[in-house]
Amino acid sequence: MSEKQIDELSGIETTGHEWDGIKELNNPLPRWWVWTFYATIVWALAYTIFYPAWPMLSSATTGVLGYSSRNDVKAELAAAVAAKGDMAAAVAAKPVDEILADEKLRTFAISAGAAAFKVNCVQCHGSGAAGSPGYPNLNDDDWLWGGKPEDILTTISHGVRFASDDATRFSEMPPFADTLDKDQIAQAAAYVVSLSGTPANPSLVEGGKTVFTENCAACHGEDAKGLRDFGAPNLTDAIWLRGKDEAAIIAQISGPKHGIMPAWAGRLGESTVKELTVYVHSLGGGE
Amino acid sequence: MNVIPKPDPDTEIERLEASAVNSAKVRQPLYAARKKIFPKRASGAFRRFKWIVMLITLGIYYLTPWIRWDRGPFAPDQAVLIDMANRRFYFFFIEIWPQEFYIVAGLLVMAGFGLFLITSAVGRAWCGYTCPQTVWVDLFLVVERGIEGDRNARMKLDAGPWTVEKVVKRVAKHAIWIAIAVATGGAWIFYFADAPTLFVDLFTGTALPIAYITVAVLTATTYTFGGLMREQVCTYMCPWPRIQAAMLDEHSLTVTYNDWRGEPRSRHAKKAAAAGQSVGDCVDCNACVAVCPMGIDIRDGQQLECITCALCIDACDSVMDKLGRERGLISYATLADYNANMEIATAGNTCAITPALVRTPQGKLTDKLAHFHVRKIFRPRTLVYFAAWSLVGVGLLYALLTRDRLEVNVLHDRNPLYVTLSDGAIRNGYTVKLLNKIPEPRTIIVTLQGLRGAEMSVVGIDQPADRSFAIRVEPDKLTTLKVYVRQPADHIEDKVQSFHFVIEDKSSFETDSYNAQFEAPEAYK
Repeated sequence: MSEKQIDELSGIETTGHEWDGIKELNNPLPRWWVWTFYATIVWALAYTIFYPAWPMLSSATTGVLGYSSRNDVKAELAAAVAAKGDMAAAVAAKPVDEILADEKLRTFAISAGAAAFKVNCVQCHGSGAAGSPGYPNLNDDDWLWGGKPEDILTTISHGVRFASDDATRFSEMPPFADTLDKDQIAQAAAYVVSLSGTPANPSLVEGGKTVFTENCAACHGEDAKGLRDFGAPNLTDAIWLRGKDEAAIIAQISGPKHGIMPAWAGRLGESTVKELTVYVHSLGGGE
Repeated sequence: MNVIPKPDPDTEIERLEASAVNSAKVRQPLYAARKKIFPKRASGAFRRFKWIVMLITLGIYYLTPWIRWDRGPFAPDQAVLIDMANRRFYFFFIEIWPQEFYIVAGLLVMAGFGLFLITSAVGRAWCGYTCPQTVWVDLFLVVERGIEGDRNARMKLDAGPWTVEKVVKRVAKHAIWIAIAVATGGAWIFYFADAPTLFVDLFTGTALPIAYITVAVLTATTYTFGGLMREQVCTYMCPWPRIQAAMLDEHSLTVTYNDWRGEPRSRHAKKAAAAGQSVGDCVDCNACVAVCPMGIDIRDGQQLECITCALCIDACDSVMDKLGRERGLISYATLADYNANMEIATAGNTCAITPALVRTPQGKLTDKLAHFHVRKIFRPRTLVYFAAWSLVGVGLLYALLTRDRLEVNVLHDRNPLYVTLSDGAIRNGYTVKLLNKIPEPRTIIVTLQGLRGAEMSVVGIDQPADRSFAIRVEPDKLTTLKVYVRQPADHIEDKVQSFHFVIEDKSSFETDSYNAQFEAPEAYK
């Protein structure tokens, strides 16, 4: 385009482009828009100098400010650790009893324990710690191995029937199908059912008592209230690990099933186990 | 533009060579540079009213954060405070928690209806008198006039070369504008923190970065909008001029040029009259154009740019006074009155505007002319707006007077819903939240109501299970309790039982209750 073309109607210069007789006006861009546009270019160039930008063969330019998102994450993680600082150190240093006695520390430990519980424990005990057949409910006031803070701490630290931990909780109920006949097992089951106030066949209960005293009382106690040293459950209460009907009890007497819980002290560390202890103790059944 | 005004030999009225730069007749393409407006100082009733409104609104804005209000040792003593950090809003004797924010929402609804009401009754009064844009532009113009002089001096200065005097005046003007802008941005942040403390912190450099950022942003907007952009904000940025047309009808008051008595306008009225020509009251002195901060000519009729500041009324009235004619050539009038008077002036639209038709043989305006009557404000549209406005207002007042200052909220544990205990009893867990909304510590009695035989225990309170607990709650805070409710097996009546957590402040007799559910396994039914 050598010479300016002016639109007759508006008196404004045109670009010379024509479509079906309509020519495009060459109105100037708004000044503020042009300057903003230039500013964005300057900004973009400056950005590539100050921040990592240009791709090179093996990496990219690092930028004069030395910014890195990885460093940001590191700093944030360090800040998160630092924020916990005193509290985490206090949990590490103090025994569980003292943590429980300190209102602030207890609240901190419960939060931390709840988080650890959701990652490590919910697979068996459930997200609400309510358990399921074979996996104890941690909310109630019935404890196989004891509900005092130090009992819970030991159980979590060393596990239950966990072969590779020497200090683990261990007990094993023998399969009575080997030593008792079916009638005796039925009698014993009827007696056990009657202990918690549930109606049972009275003709069986009488014989069951004898069978119980001879075979079961050693671990479950004369009064059938269980023995925590052996992890032997209380048979007189309303809480049943594997079901309260007679069939379930007969199955358990004949060929008992035994749950296994891993030892957590080595995996999670002392502090986390303490926090888990405080959390479990706080669920409402702690002694 | 830069023309020295010369008095008209006929009328002794100073004729101003003012042109309405934003008039529709000379409207420029949008990308063209803005043509400056140099509003002349007006004086009269409306100008006086605007000074008063300006004084009141600016006074409220700048001084409110400094008013003190004693609320005792447990709450801030600032009368108006939006405490974001603690999520509390204080307004004199009223304290609002976040869950009572509906009161603020209601106030906004009232402001909306109020705006509708005002607009339908007296036109764009908000725009003309109380809009912050108008008020601050007015304030900035005061500074401009004080330093550079009135309209003609400013025009001369603007057109002239960059002399030392011009540089000094311009620097002084912008410096004062920025000072006002800083004060404006500064006043804003005082609403969000203790004003005297923040004031000291601001100057010692110890305030939070957000405080400085807010001041900087508001300084920039105040300076730009009030000093540099002025009328462009109203014309191009503000949505309200577009919306407000929906609230206006033929009975709404607007600033109107009454051309039924002004036309045909004549610059040489006496000469024209002597020559037997018909002349109206308008002597085309341009006083109305010169004072207009929006750069329009009101004689073009109602237009979007007009904020109805009524300064043209003041300007025209003083000219009419000098000419010895009735005031009100430009006046607040309704479209209905205007049309009625136009009918008279044009003899039912049969001829051009004839001034003689609206005047008696003695030269006075005739009695047939329609005038605004206050009665016309009360019409269905305004009554509906008023009803909606007062309905929300009464509702808010009721809500405010009857709201609870003591509340209980309960969350039932969902996982697990219930726990069977070794003796067969069922236990449910609850998170009980006690909301003490007054800035005083107090003792709250939490009691179980219903749920036969049940007792509760509160985690962290070393007391045996009971049906009632006394809880010490902190002032103006929410206290969260973990409560376990236990019901013996033989008392359980249903899978789901309803009961109440009742809370009571024995000293103030305030109570509240929460209807909670107690869940038990199916087998207990």
